[in-house]
Amino acid sequence: MGMTLAEKILAAHAGREEVHPGGFIEVSADVVLSNDITAPIAILEFEKLGVERVFDPARVVMLADHFAPNKDIRSAEQCRVMRHFAQAQGLPHYFDVGRMGIEHVLLPEQGLVLPGDVVVGADSHTCTYGALGAFATGMGSTDIAVAMATGQVWMRTPETVRIHYSGALQPWVGGKDLILYTIEQIGVSGARYKAVEFAGPAIDNLSMDGRFTMSNMAIEAGGKAGLFAVDDATRTYVDGRATRPYRVYQADADAIYAQVIEIDASQIEPQVAFPHLPQNARPASQAGAVQIDQAVIGSCTNGRLEDLRTAARVLRGRQVHPGVRCIVIPGSQQVYLDALREGLLEAFIEAGAAVSTPTCGPCLGGHMGVLAAGERAVSTTNRNFRGRMGHPESEVYLAGPAVAAASAVAGRIAGPEEVLS
Amino acid sequence: MKRTGKVWKYGHNVDTDVIIPARYLNMSTPEELARHCMEDLDPTFAGGVQPGDVIVAGENFGCGSSREHAPLAIKGAGVSCVVAHSFARIFYRNAINVGLPILECPAAVEDVESGHQLAIDLTAGQVHNLTTGQVYQAEPYPPFMMALINAGGLVPYTRQRIETGNLSMRAGQV
Repeated sequence: MGMTLAEKILAAHAGREEVHPGGFIEVSADVVLSNDITAPIAILEFEKLGVERVFDPARVVMLADHFAPNKDIRSAEQCRVMRHFAQAQGLPHYFDVGRMGIEHVLLPEQGLVLPGDVVVGADSHTCTYGALGAFATGMGSTDIAVAMATGQVWMRTPETVRIHYSGALQPWVGGKDLILYTIEQIGVSGARYKAVEFAGPAIDNLSMDGRFTMSNMAIEAGGKAGLFAVDDATRTYVDGRATRPYRVYQADADAIYAQVIEIDASQIEPQVAFPHLPQNARPASQAGAVQIDQAVIGSCTNGRLEDLRTAARVLRGRQVHPGVRCIVIPGSQQVYLDALREGLLEAFIEAGAAVSTPTCGPCLGGHMGVLAAGERAVSTTNRNFRGRMGHPESEVYLAGPAVAAASAVAGRIAGPEEVLS
Repeated sequence: MKRTGKVWKYGHNVDTDVIIPARYLNMSTPEELARHCMEDLDPTFAGGVQPGDVIVAGENFGCGSSREHAPLAIKGAGVSCVVAHSFARIFYRNAINVGLPILECPAAVEDVESGHQLAIDLTAGQVHNLTTGQVYQAEPYPPFMMALINAGGLVPYTRQRIETGNLSMRAGQV
């Protein structure tokens, strides 16, 4: 019987000829990830297992990105717990302030996650690495504690939904617009417990940065993973970065999908998702008059170089609206440096935007741009739940970097064409 | 094991950001987290919840982040069970792993209202509405999940396997 890409990878990591949706399997993990929010609980649970050492220090990655640089004393204590554990265990891939980036920007960039891998992370956006043709999924701290100790995790083999995108993309439409549109179509639980395979000519032409954005938000449709097949773009991205050999898996031609969804991508305009669910997407051109107080450009969803280039194309030579705080957060030190060398940061600063060191910060209302009651932000992040960026009476509108930058200039939600014309 | 308590009913897509807002993720004990549980959705919950009370909700309960702080906060608040139409995947794992009882029982969700008294029989997977007299059967757990629950969660389950030398890969079957 044919298997999907997700099933192929899981079968190989479970040491089985084949796996079937709904079956429980035990899987070897190639990379086990946690961060400053989730590692402290994972470490506490790890210590209850009666195991002294992690299964393989080179496969256990930790980094301080959520509330780092430390936002308060309690966050500093949490980072310290993680730092001490990483030192005691001799983890070569522990990243602290000055070297860290937002985890899902940093790990692919550093060649630590690779095609064909099974990656488990105590962070729901671990699914980002599906863009590389890996099976990557988020879990809680206790699962990660056990994975750190044993290198193994239990899984229920998910069914796979294939989403096929046809047609050529309109100007300014990127991965964020495609995924927001998709979530609007299938809903926030449309792929619950399932793996999503993204396919079709419209995304074959999508850059790796755009693919990371799409895989990143598979979880916002309830997905367990969001995968792309490996192609030349993947190989070009990975070769030269890979820290170890990798294996490419392909879906069988006769693979069985729970559902196949066809999307005509040529009809998709730049999107914006209204509060308080990512499924509330509509074309930015139909947003109406929504005044904003803040624009955030960054995060594990849209903090990569291509995202900053797109934002700079809109902001260069223009001014952020006087009523808006525009905050740009490169996703890693490398993205920061590349943006600096390309003159992107200069364009942001001259436009009146703040540029920050990498952090998850405002995405989850941590620091670097928390909202007051009644305030509204347009943000390139991934969630617009109630209170996500601060006060429960504040609002988050999700968009790609073009719409976020255009909105920063206009002072209200706007598409890039409006600002550029 | 039977526990009785009052219903706190909520809608669909109750996300982890309202179960425990990220501004409290710089703490990690169930007791501390419980003081802010559901704060952004229902400010009366944390102050009013009594040991044994039951959260009843619609589809996709616990969607969003992987924060284990969410089931820990609910457990710390003394909630005996979350009964929902369905659960988000990571929340489901986390609840089982930390020993927070959860049941998928769409029929109960339809009928039950805030303030009703429920008796939950986890072994039988039954929800008994003491206010209306109705009894509902929840979705049964797969045998593997039942083994995890019976062991007291993932850590005791794994510890047992490590101690008995039973952790080696067995053709990937659990």
